[in-house]
Amino acid sequence: MSTPMTVPERLARTTFTIDEEESHIAIDQELCRSTGTDKAIIAVCPAGVYSEQDGRVVADYAACVECGTCLAVAAPGALRWHYPRGGFGVSYREG
Amino acid sequence: MSEVAEPDFDVAVVGAGPAGAVAAYRMASAGLSVVLIERGETPGSKNLSGGVLYGRVLDEVFPGFADEAPVERRITRHVTTFLTPDSAVGIDYSGQGLADPVNAVTVLRAKFDPWLAGKAEEAGAFLMPGVRVDTLLTEPGPDGAPRVVGVQAGDDQLRARVVVAADGVNSFLARSIGLRPKEPTNHMAVGVKAVMALPRQTIEDRFGVTGDQGAAHAIVGDCTLGIGGGGFLYTNTTSLSVGVVLRLDDLVRSGRTSAEVFEHYLQHPGLAPYLRGAEMVEYGAHVVAEGGLAMVGEVATHGMLVVGEAAGLTINSGLTVRGMDLAIGSGLAAADAVVEALAAGDVSREGLAGYRRRLEESFVMKDMRTYGKAPKFLERTGMYGAYGELAASIFHDVFALDGTPRRHLVQTAKAAFSRSPVTLRQLVSDGWAGVRAL
Ligand SMILES: Cc1cc2nc3c(=O)[nH]c(=O)nc-3n(C[C@H](O)[C@H](O)[C@H](O)COP(=O)(O)OP(=O)(O)OC[C@H]3O[C@@H](n4cnc5c(N)ncnc54)[C@H](O)[C@@H]3O)c2cc1C
Ligand code: SF4
Repeated sequence: MSTPMTVPERLARTTFTIDEEESHIAIDQELCRSTGTDKAIIAVCPAGVYSEQDGRVVADYAACVECGTCLAVAAPGALRWHYPRGGFGVSYREG
Repeated sequence: MSEVAEPDFDVAVVGAGPAGAVAAYRMASAGLSVVLIERGETPGSKNLSGGVLYGRVLDEVFPGFADEAPVERRITRHVTTFLTPDSAVGIDYSGQGLADPVNAVTVLRAKFDPWLAGKAEEAGAFLMPGVRVDTLLTEPGPDGAPRVVGVQAGDDQLRARVVVAADGVNSFLARSIGLRPKEPTNHMAVGVKAVMALPRQTIEDRFGVTGDQGAAHAIVGDCTLGIGGGGFLYTNTTSLSVGVVLRLDDLVRSGRTSAEVFEHYLQHPGLAPYLRGAEMVEYGAHVVAEGGLAMVGEVATHGMLVVGEAAGLTINSGLTVRGMDLAIGSGLAAADAVVEALAAGDVSREGLAGYRRRLEESFVMKDMRTYGKAPKFLERTGMYGAYGELAASIFHDVFALDGTPRRHLVQTAKAAFSRSPVTLRQLVSDGWAGVRAL
């Protein structure tokens, strides 16, 4: 059996080039709440990027592995998500 | 006639995955000027897959590629395991015939993709890594419909006679020009994966392989906690690729987190003997197209073709995910169509129609059709829960020698059925649907 690990512990094994200047994720709080997108993206994101703080959904974009899952489950308009700028973001050494 | 800017390249290929790299290779080999644009710092740095590449089509392009490319192992053993919370039933198929000619190999994309892109460069394609394409450049065509004339990245514009969108399953390019609508979530899954390091000898002993041979394990049942999908466990040279693929509609419905399901999978007693002592060296995830044939729509518009997973070309048979070989096949079909269209001087949708025709004639669409009913079949939840229980129950009765006289297998199975929520009729119906779908 492998040792259980938290998501941040797992992500520590993956390489990232963090874009300090620009987040590639923007959240429409209103739409997120009214469409239930908030709960869905918090649950599906394998990198634990989304969490709820004081009734708002926040995105820790630096941990994003760019899988596209949140975008696939989000209601139209609830999330503005695009790839990080060229050269930034996750950088797999294995894949 | 208005002044038309001279294109910078004959073709701009966006995305240096298998689809884009092979298309660029083929077109550059035919003498076209090709730019291959990739947002990752190097090709493959953004890409992740389970890693079993069915190699026949690539072998046609690069004969003997498995001897030259950074492949991990040649798959000679396929194991299918049905898990319940406390048992595992497996079907084990090994065949040395699978090694030569190479049927399937394991690859790690961060190592394999650069090799493939290198082949395109050798053929004369210009590789432009670290550049994210933001939008398509379009102009009104003769009939008023938008015609793709290049791409824009930041402030830079790059004009090309044809754009090949090879930008993967999340294809923003195909979406932006209306070639792919937003997918329903039952057409999408998320693959969560880790690479776990193990010594070479341990892998060979544990998985019953020698030398450069490898094993591919497909796992269904309790590993996904009843969520549509399955698990995989593939051998690399000195590591394992371990992951789950979870259908998004089911995952959302379940109320569970993807990380929780992945951890449950890693902790499953059925996996423990394989993972003991292995150390996680990388964690990642990616969306996989699951819609099968239903997801493949228009693949061409004026001045642009869509290839690989950007076009929805993935087959999930429940036990294997196939996308890389289909990506390569579509890249070849697109390249030949572009060469033909440029020679004829017609890059309108009609001029590029040779792509669709070639796709249909190739193994790509034939296999997509063969497996066309698979997604519907896989929505029958029995695959993930009750069948594992049933199989385990049958095998329990066969192997659990408790002193009572052995019964014939059929009676054992019948007894197991009577305890299982699966009815014989349902099994027959699913079995038949399965035969037709798979
Ligand atoms: C968990 C998992 C397991 C899988 N297992 C298997 C398997 O065992 N066997 C198999 O054959 N297939 C498998 N697949 C599917 C396979 O990975 C894909 O089908 C395949 O990678 C598709 O190839 P592609 O070239 O079309 O796209 P990709 O490989 O996704 O390549 C797209 C490229 O485009 C680049 N790009 C995207 N947008 C832009 C932009 N705007 N500007 C510049 N560059 C851009 C990306 O960085 C990337 O390099 C699996 C997938 C997953 C997620
Ligand atoms: S793209 Fe994937 S990793 Fe990034 S925030 Fe969305 S779900 Fe999380």
